[in-house]
Amino acid sequence: MAEPKLLSVSSSPHVRTREDVGHTMRDVIIALVPALVGSIIFFGTRVAMLTSIACLTALATEIALVLWRGRTVDRGAVKSALVTGILMTFCLSPLVPWWMVIIGAVVGIGLGKHAFGGLGHNVFNPALVGRAFLMSAYMGPMTTWDIPRKVDALTGATPLAHMKAAAYDKLPDLWTLAIGKIGGCIGETSAILLLVGAAYLLIRKVISWHVPAAYLGTLALFVWIFGGTYKPEGGKAVVRFFDGIGPAGLGVIPIHLLAGGAILGACYMATDYVTSPMTRTGMLIFGVGCGLLTGVIRIFGGYPEGASYAILLMNMTVPLIDRATMPRLFGAKALK
Amino acid sequence: MATFRGGIHPAPHKDLTDERALDSAAPPALVRIPLQQHIGAPAKPVVKKGDAVKVGQTIAEPGGFVSVPHHATVSGTVKAIKELPHPSGRNLTAIEIANDGADTPADELEPIRDWPNADPTLLRDRVRDAGIVGLGGAAFPTHVKLSPPDDKPIHTVILNGAECEPYLTCDHRLMLEAPDAILVGAQIVRRCLGAKRIIVAIEDNKPRALDIMRRNARSLDDVEVLGLRNKYPQGSELQLMKAALDVELPKSRLPMEAGVVVQNVGTALAIYEAVIAGRPLVERAVTITGPAIAAPRNLRVRIGTLCTDLIEQAGGIAGDVADEVGRIILGGPMTGLALSTTDVPVMKGTSGILALRRGDLVDYELNACIRCAKCETHCPARLATARIGLAVELDNIERAERLEVLQCIECGCCSYVCPARRPMTHLMRVGKSKVLRERARRKASG
Repeated sequence: MAEPKLLSVSSSPHVRTREDVGHTMRDVIIALVPALVGSIIFFGTRVAMLTSIACLTALATEIALVLWRGRTVDRGAVKSALVTGILMTFCLSPLVPWWMVIIGAVVGIGLGKHAFGGLGHNVFNPALVGRAFLMSAYMGPMTTWDIPRKVDALTGATPLAHMKAAAYDKLPDLWTLAIGKIGGCIGETSAILLLVGAAYLLIRKVISWHVPAAYLGTLALFVWIFGGTYKPEGGKAVVRFFDGIGPAGLGVIPIHLLAGGAILGACYMATDYVTSPMTRTGMLIFGVGCGLLTGVIRIFGGYPEGASYAILLMNMTVPLIDRATMPRLFGAKALK
Repeated sequence: MATFRGGIHPAPHKDLTDERALDSAAPPALVRIPLQQHIGAPAKPVVKKGDAVKVGQTIAEPGGFVSVPHHATVSGTVKAIKELPHPSGRNLTAIEIANDGADTPADELEPIRDWPNADPTLLRDRVRDAGIVGLGGAAFPTHVKLSPPDDKPIHTVILNGAECEPYLTCDHRLMLEAPDAILVGAQIVRRCLGAKRIIVAIEDNKPRALDIMRRNARSLDDVEVLGLRNKYPQGSELQLMKAALDVELPKSRLPMEAGVVVQNVGTALAIYEAVIAGRPLVERAVTITGPAIAAPRNLRVRIGTLCTDLIEQAGGIAGDVADEVGRIILGGPMTGLALSTTDVPVMKGTSGILALRRGDLVDYELNACIRCAKCETHCPARLATARIGLAVELDNIERAERLEVLQCIECGCCSYVCPARRPMTHLMRVGKSKVLRERARRKASG
C-alpha cells in the first residue's frame, strides 16, 4: 500500500493578524510626513535633499550589515532603517553639510543598532546615537541655525537658547512657536504638525499615551518650578522658583514644550518599542525620567536643549525599569 | 458589560454557518471510538472483535476515577480493536465498529424523569455512566467536576455559552434550537452540586441566543442570563469566571475552591439526554466550516465518525486542487489541532472541523522580538510573554519557570498579535513541557 499523502500540520493558533513590523514602521513614516513637509516649507528643499541622503544611507547600511552578518533582509527591519534615517535628520540643523548626514546615518545604524545585534536588540535609539555622535564631532555646524522665511539665510539662536540666556524679549510669539516658523532642528520646529502625526499613531495604536504624557507633563512641571532660574555669563546658576515668564511663572511651560525637541522626542523617540519599557507602569516611569532629565539639562545644564541626551540616558535604565515593573499575574491575589 | 483584561478580537467568520440549523449527519458506514478521547486514564475495552453491539452499549469502561466509559455510537459488529490514527497525530487504540444501519438501541440506562427529587448521587452516577465529558473542547470527565469534596460547597454553576473561537457555531445553534433542554441540564448540574445559582454566560455577538435563553430562563428560580463582551478567549474557564463573577482564580486552584463549577452548554444538553431520556453520549454537534469547505454546515454527528465523511457531507473541499488546502483543523483556528490525515474520528471534545486555504495561513518565523509588548498587553493570563519567549528561545528554562510559563493557558493571543510573526504560543508550549520535564528529572534524582 502506498503511503497516503499527509497534510501539513502546525502548532496553533493557525491564524494571526495581518499587521506586522512593516505596517508599524509604515505608520510611523506616515506620521512623520506632515512635519517633513512643514520643514521643507520653512527651511527649503535642502531639507528634502538631506532627508533623502539620510534614508538612502540608513537603508544601504542596514542591508549591508544584515548581509555581512549573514542574516536575511527583513521587510520590517528595512522600514525601521528608513524611520531611523528620517528621525536622525529631524534632529539636525538644516544647515549641516550633506556628508555629515551620511556619517550620522552610518553611525546610527552601524554603532547604534547592529553593534548590539540589529533590530530588536539595540539599547539606544539609533537615530539619537547618530545625532549624539555628530554633536560631539561637529559641534559648530550642529548648532548653527537657520531662521526660516528670511531670504538671506541668517544664522541665529533658537528660542531655547534665548530662554537659556534669559533673553525673553527675543522670544517669538506662541503661535509662531506652535507652527514652527522658528530656528531649530529640521523636524522639531512645528509642534502642531508633529502632534498631528502623533495623534495618527495614537489612533492606529502604534504608540500609547503613557510615555508622551508622562514626558511632557513632567517637563512642564519641572520648568514651571525652576523656570526663573538663569545662568549669568560664566557664573553659577541662580535658582528662582515659579518665577519664569507670565503670571505665576506659567508662561515658560508652552515655550519649553513648543520649542526644541520635546514633542519630537516624547512622541517619536521615547516611544520606540525597542528602547523603551514594556509595561504601562514602566512607560510612565520612563516618561517621567525623560521629562526630568530634559528639564535638568535645559535649565541647569550646559546645553539649551536636552531632549536627545535625556532619552539616551533613560534608554540605559530600560532593563532595570522592565525588571521592576513585571506584569501582575492573573490570579495573583488570594481568594476572598 | 462583563469582561476580563487582555484578549483579542479575531475575525469571527461565524456567518458561514450561523444560520445553518443542525442537521443529522448521514449514518456512517463505520465508526472508530478511541479509548483515549478525554482527560484522564484511557478507558478499557469490554467487547472483543466480532461482538455484536447496539447503539448506546458500553464498549469500554472507565480506567479510573478520572476517566469515562465509552459507548457504541452505531449498532453493528466490532471489526477491530487496534491502533488507528488519532487526532493527536499518534496511532492510539480505538474500537472500530461496522454499522449495520439498524440503529438497534441498547437501552442500558433507565430514564430518570423525576430528576428534581432524585438523589444527587444517582444523577452523578448517571452522568458518569453516560460517558459525559466537557464538550467545549477540554473533554474533562464531567462527573469529576460534579463531585467536589464536602468542604468545598458550590454556590454557582456557570453555563458556558461564550463560544469565543472564530468559525464555530455549534453551541450557538444548540442554544437556539434546544434552550429548554439545556436549562434542564443546567438545573440537574445544580442539583448534583447543591448549588443555588445558575449563570448562563453568552457573548453579546449572539443576541438571539441571549434573547431566547432569557425568555426560557424567566420562569426559573435563580437562573440569570448574562451578556459578556465579545472578546477572545471569553470562553476560557478562568476568563469566564472573572467576567461573570469577578473572581480571579489563583494559580493551581480549581474553580470548585471558589465555589464555582463551569459547564459548557453542549455538556448540559448531554446531561439532559442522559438523565431524561437515558441516552448515553453517542452524538454531538459539530461545525464543519472554513473557506476551503464547499458548503459549511452544522451537523449532529455520531462520535467516531471519520472527518473525511463529514467533510464530504459539507460539499467536500472547495475548488479543484487539494493543494489549495492549507490546514485541516479539529476545533477552532485559535486552539484547534491541525490534522495530518482526515481519516481520524470525531471525538467527544470535537466542536468543529475547519479547513483553511493556504492563503488564510500566515507563516510564523523566529524573527527578532521588537519589544512592542503587544503579546503581554493582550495576554489574558497577564504573563511576561515576550520575556518568556526570549528565555525559551535561549533555552533558559529556569527563567521561563520563574516567569510562570506554566500559567499559560495556550489561548494563542500572543502569536495572533505579534507583529514580528514570532511563534509565541509555540514557544510557551515548548517552555511548559521543558519545565515539566526538568521538574520530573529533579524529582527523580531526589
